[in-house]
Amino acid sequence: MSGEISFSPNDKYNAFLTTCKKAPHGSGKLAGVAVAIKDNISTKDIETTCASKILKGYVPPYNAHVIDLLKAEGAAIVGKTNMDEFGMGTTTENSGFGPTLNPCDTTRVPGGSSGGSAAAIAGGMVTMALGSDTGGSIRCPAAFCGIVGLKPSYGRVSRYGLIAYSNSLEQIGPMGKTVADVSKLMGVIAGYDRHDSTSRDKPYNHTPNAEIKGLKIGIPQEFFGEGVNPQVADVVRKAIGRLEELGATTVPCSIPSMEYALAAYYVTCTCEASSNLARFDGVRYGPAPDWRKSWHDAYQEVRSEAFGTEVRRRIMLGTFALSSGYYGRYYSKAQVARENVRADFNRIFADVDVIAGPTMPTVAFKLKEKSDPLSMYLADILTVPANLAGIPSISVPCGTSEGMPVGLQIMGRMFEDERVVDVAYAYEQEVN
Amino acid sequence: MADPDGQVIVGLEVHCQLDTKSKLFCGCSTDYRSDGPNTHVCPICLGLPGAMPALNKRAIEYAMKVAKALNCEILNESEFSRKNYFYPDLDKAYQITQYDKPLAEGGYLEIESDEGGEKKIRLTRIHVEEDPGRLVHMGNVERGKYSLVDYNRAGIPLIEIVSEPDMRSPKEARRFLNKLRATLEYLSVFDSEKEGSLRVDANISIKGSERVEVKNITSYKGVEKALTFEVTRQRNLIRRGQKIERETRHYLEARGVTQAGRSKEQEHDYRYFPEPDLRPLRVKSWLDGIVLPELPDARRERFMKEYGCSLNHARTLTGELKLANFFEKVVASDKAGLSPLASTWIADTLIGELNYRDMSLEKVEPAAMTSLVLLLKAGTITDKSGVEVLRVMLDQRQKGEAAETPDAIVKRLNLAKTVGDTGAITKAIDDAINENPKALEDYRNGEAKAINFLVGQVMKKTRGKADPGELNRLLIEALKKREA
Repeated sequence: MSGEISFSPNDKYNAFLTTCKKAPHGSGKLAGVAVAIKDNISTKDIETTCASKILKGYVPPYNAHVIDLLKAEGAAIVGKTNMDEFGMGTTTENSGFGPTLNPCDTTRVPGGSSGGSAAAIAGGMVTMALGSDTGGSIRCPAAFCGIVGLKPSYGRVSRYGLIAYSNSLEQIGPMGKTVADVSKLMGVIAGYDRHDSTSRDKPYNHTPNAEIKGLKIGIPQEFFGEGVNPQVADVVRKAIGRLEELGATTVPCSIPSMEYALAAYYVTCTCEASSNLARFDGVRYGPAPDWRKSWHDAYQEVRSEAFGTEVRRRIMLGTFALSSGYYGRYYSKAQVARENVRADFNRIFADVDVIAGPTMPTVAFKLKEKSDPLSMYLADILTVPANLAGIPSISVPCGTSEGMPVGLQIMGRMFEDERVVDVAYAYEQEVN
Repeated sequence: MADPDGQVIVGLEVHCQLDTKSKLFCGCSTDYRSDGPNTHVCPICLGLPGAMPALNKRAIEYAMKVAKALNCEILNESEFSRKNYFYPDLDKAYQITQYDKPLAEGGYLEIESDEGGEKKIRLTRIHVEEDPGRLVHMGNVERGKYSLVDYNRAGIPLIEIVSEPDMRSPKEARRFLNKLRATLEYLSVFDSEKEGSLRVDANISIKGSERVEVKNITSYKGVEKALTFEVTRQRNLIRRGQKIERETRHYLEARGVTQAGRSKEQEHDYRYFPEPDLRPLRVKSWLDGIVLPELPDARRERFMKEYGCSLNHARTLTGELKLANFFEKVVASDKAGLSPLASTWIADTLIGELNYRDMSLEKVEPAAMTSLVLLLKAGTITDKSGVEVLRVMLDQRQKGEAAETPDAIVKRLNLAKTVGDTGAITKAIDDAINENPKALEDYRNGEAKAINFLVGQVMKKTRGKADPGELNRLLIEALKKREA
């Protein structure tokens, strides 16, 4: 069963940073299946850069836990996909090695930060890929490129080997052409790992089931309010209508804590990032600095040259927010806001089984359309609540607007990843 | 106006490496000292991108043993935090430590106070953290100076024990440290003989003035030396009417002085926040499973009761685990018979000789010490010869020469007491008196010192073999004869 597959795609979209022309594979559930890996997931002997110049040439001496699991089930690791540098972005334009283009319309972004993985699937180069989702980084590109992406419950998939951007928010997750592919991939990567103390003993052994009769779906008003493109909202409403036709009922609800969700998200992720990225100082990674200078000057030189603008911005924001005297005002406040988001979800999930709405407020942006960081951050408003609460959330294609794919987002109770997969599967089966 | 003779106030922060088999957050071995640089490392302790810490439970158990022995309270929930700062030996550019939720708080350690009684030194907290790597500086001023990093030490578990400012002199600080070391060793969680296993930061002030933090103290003696230097420095400043600045100073072991740190180092903002890769610790219930061994205070009491040791001897003997074990082995065959001699010969003579040689107790077999004590007890050799035998024993063992038994040394050097054989002593006495007419004259003038002098001369001639009692009797007899 084991062997080797050739992989020489015509990568018109700059989806890959590295491709493995000859990819070995073993036997198992994914025997011979080509899987693309986001470039922030460590792969032994394959360069892993997080799309950052500071990690150019870094070849990990070890595999992320999920890579070991994929290999154990026979998958062929065919390449590393482009992304926003260290996961910081919503368009994959913040890559240190050029943007990825959206296969549905090459004048548009594929979304981010797992844009390379989404484009590799949408462009037909692979059927499945791994991404990571810190504030929407799997679901956003899935929605923009018209594929399926699942952000698992926090702790369900080991993060060991995922180059950390924001540890308390992010998860590795499966992306695929179909819900069945995503579910299959999830079955391989989920489960406890002693190397990740935040991972939980919740393996995923599930075959998607399209039966959703009696399912109660919460429809939060905030997901259809200000800032959400009305056409996108319409497409999603229609999709939810299809679910009702399948026997589900809808219940209007509200997530008032969303008012502070984006702020809580950006404070938390920049704080954690400022610490996570401090190790990239030119001593062990990145271009060697001028050592005649003092340590601190040498560090400064390397870090200002090798990090991109957005990465530097977030490091500075996080450094500021953690500074003496500001911790209480920012980081600990953000954690309170997070608790409120969790509490809102708990309250709503006492009455409903899942929550549905658009994945993104708009369809994919034109390249370079979002030039100021704040309007870019606002695009994450519908995806960050799931990360703040740790709950599972999936994006499944549900139609088009302006000819571009729209994603239906389905969020579930903590560790009920199976249920959001089932709802997405029911929708997918219904429309196909 | 501050008083230059004001009370000295000292508080300590002691970092000890826990003697676990593997590191705090990975499976790498902690036994790195005899191996080459960067040989005990893995993605986790190298801080490679994506690697995550996984807590070594044994390290927490060790730290809890210490907390229990020091009467601390284990917090219901403690957590790890990141201490962020840039330094090339810090693999992740942050140290995983504990900040506002340490493992344990409160507690105390009893030491001998300067006044002689027992004194409680209160503890603030105990927390667990990882050791950073180590920089090795290469080259010299003329030839390309550079530094290399060795991460073998990175991730070794440390506990930091913070005391309240309850010590009143450099001596008390040293006693605190010695007692702490003994306690940790009794708990089998610490090996003080491993290089760099202990590091101390000391806060010291003269009452009424600002406090100064002295960093980088790495030895037990160093604490007393560094603080003594600081006391003098601070008192002198006050005397000259200058103000003590609140600052961080570094102790330079080789020169025995402290030196002001660069001002930049004092502006650290460590930006602590909870380590998101580790879950909060809820380990209070583990306390039930922790059984403490006999600790130094209990053993000291037992030594006094069981072996009749004096308080001072008991204190010395139980002040180090190895020494206490050594003593018990030496006297095991005849506790009542051997203890009185053994306690003074070990606590006073042996310790003195070992310190003089900077030699480890481990090189001396308890059985050899027992033989020596037996020779002394039987009166086969004099105390003076005993010291000579001991010195030969230690020299041989330190140099790695063939180690003779005390009996063999006595035989080879012909050190057995010359009891009954008064001829040799009488001859030595006559020679001594004849060679020192001045002493004889002094004696005649009633100067008692002359006798001591002559005893010394005779001892020299008999190479210490003469029984002191017999020697005295014969010497006075001889002197009296010459008086006539």
